[in-house]
Amino acid sequence: MANANLASTPPLGEAAIAPLLPPAHSKTSATGEKAATRWTLIAIAIGFLALFVLLPLGAVFAEAFRAGFGAYWEAVSEPDAVAAIKLTLLAAGIAVPANLVFGIAASWAIAKYEFRGKSLLNTLIDLPFSISPVISGLIYILLFGAQSVLGPFLREHGIEIVFALPGIVLATIFVTFPFIARELIPLMQEQGTAEEEAALTLGASGWRTFWHVTLPNIRWALLYGVILCNARAMGEFGAVSVVSGHIRGETNTMPLHVEILYNEYNFAAAFAVASLLALLALLTLIVKLVLEWLYADQIAGTRRH
Amino acid sequence: MDALVRSANEPRATEARGWSDSVDLTIDRVSKTFGAAAALHETSLKIEGGELVALLGPSGSGKTTLLRIIAGLEFPNTGRILFDQDDASALTVQQRNIGFVFQNYALFRHMRVLDNIGFGLKVRPFFRRPSAAAIRKRAEELLELVQLSGLGRRYPTQLSGGQRQRVAFARALATEPRILLLDEPFGALDAKVRKELRRWLREIHDTTGHTTLFVTHDQEEAMELADRVVVMSQGRIEQAGTPDEIYDAPNSPFVFSFIGESSVLPVNVKSGEVLLDGVPLAIDPGDTAEGAASLYFRPHEVELVEAGTGAIEGIVESLRRSGRSRFAEIAVPGIGRFEIEIIAESVLNSGDPVSVLPRRWRLYADASRGGADA
Repeated sequence: MANANLASTPPLGEAAIAPLLPPAHSKTSATGEKAATRWTLIAIAIGFLALFVLLPLGAVFAEAFRAGFGAYWEAVSEPDAVAAIKLTLLAAGIAVPANLVFGIAASWAIAKYEFRGKSLLNTLIDLPFSISPVISGLIYILLFGAQSVLGPFLREHGIEIVFALPGIVLATIFVTFPFIARELIPLMQEQGTAEEEAALTLGASGWRTFWHVTLPNIRWALLYGVILCNARAMGEFGAVSVVSGHIRGETNTMPLHVEILYNEYNFAAAFAVASLLALLALLTLIVKLVLEWLYADQIAGTRRH
Repeated sequence: MDALVRSANEPRATEARGWSDSVDLTIDRVSKTFGAAAALHETSLKIEGGELVALLGPSGSGKTTLLRIIAGLEFPNTGRILFDQDDASALTVQQRNIGFVFQNYALFRHMRVLDNIGFGLKVRPFFRRPSAAAIRKRAEELLELVQLSGLGRRYPTQLSGGQRQRVAFARALATEPRILLLDEPFGALDAKVRKELRRWLREIHDTTGHTTLFVTHDQEEAMELADRVVVMSQGRIEQAGTPDEIYDAPNSPFVFSFIGESSVLPVNVKSGEVLLDGVPLAIDPGDTAEGAASLYFRPHEVELVEAGTGAIEGIVESLRRSGRSRFAEIAVPGIGRFEIEIIAESVLNSGDPVSVLPRRWRLYADASRGGADA
């Protein structure tokens, strides 16, 4: 009974109070926007993504399968294509671990120590981002090519760098080395050294501290850096194109192979290989999504504080 | 005041020896510079086993540097650190086996609370490492000691500041450290939690009996918690003593004004008399050197007396109420102003002339920092 009474009284009160309230709230907070603004912004973002990302990506797959699955399989399984796929995976497989080590070392040095030339090192890490990939490739031609200072020496000792796997790997490492370091440096700077110090006072060796404290704290940024680095390593065109020499079945990576096929008007095969490259990139993103989903609480723990 | 004297000479911890044998800590002529700046001038200090000692000072006084040198997180330019008779100076931070509690907890954010506490045991070399079950059991015991049973599976971000600090404490205790070092242990907490944790820390200390050194800039915390307070300023130890000694017999103007409320007036000592603006005060200069000096006293240790009795003559400039009492700002024309604490019911008004006589005071000759006795 008492409840019923209580429930029946408020409308009176509300009616009395309502006119005193300011006119209908269109915003719920100072930083909120009107519904119309909000939807317009969302529509623009989605529309742009659809037009410039999803549509071309879809077109690649559509073109790839236009001649049917048989033609698709033939295009990606012919020896030159297989060689290109292998070379791409091999180059990425060397470049990414190399940059992983370099990236961690550079971020550790920049985030946790004070030393002379720190800002110079910080700037140098960005160098591959700021210069054209073609120039990155040319650097290695000038350094190791037949006409270079080192050329005769290399030829004498039978060391092939340019127009061979080492050149492709070097160019790939050069172009992709900022990715991991750039992910890690801000995070490590924000996290500081307190946890490492705590581990040391608890008796942990430097290596155990790194393994049990530093690495787990940066692992998500590291994973993200590795994924970006890998995507770029597999997809790099400019720098690799300069040092590769485009020898079919030998020094052709997947992006170069796509270009060759396209230039030969073999569109179906070009798009087939391209779709495979796109698929590899999508796969890495899916792996990241799944991991993030699996370890959501740990990510929350390391990111917030 | 005398009624409050406590038996600071007998550390209460010695009763409970179940945890660790209390280790004496000796700091022997330690100094440290960072670049050109001296963070710590030559400093010596001896701490008895089981003592709870506060390093008290304003920021930049070198107290945290000293604590980090003891821990082995910094290395001194000169001097030695001794644990009992063992020279620890050359030992690494890992070898020193100290427990360190950081100001911002520094809990491992990717580990659950129990894993945080067990970390020090888990990273031991194989032949000294307890079994996983034993580590877990120990971590749970410690969690109980810090009154957080049941929170072992949480991540640090899921705890309040006070809870995090207690986890940090349990983690530091897990490795059975020889001494405990706490860097501003309650610095990041709000006032109410600080007070609770203060009592809690005292209880834990009395249970475990570790030689404990903590850094603080909060004089109330230091005075209330510590057996002995070490007051530091500009990289030097100003005074080390029981809270009573520090409060009642501060040996320098810095200590006097840093601990508790203080009022100060410039005076002159001349032929056995203390002169304020040329007028002798009813204050015995003792063996204070002749010449300019500073007269320090506590605002609440004064009496209002008749004029012309060798008191400080001034005019009430303003009054303000503070809790149970009232503070009056007294101006001495041409000399300066000082504050006294009087009862709230006082009939003083602004503009009234007053005569104030300190009941207790300290006189410090201005030339030498060391000061002299009252």
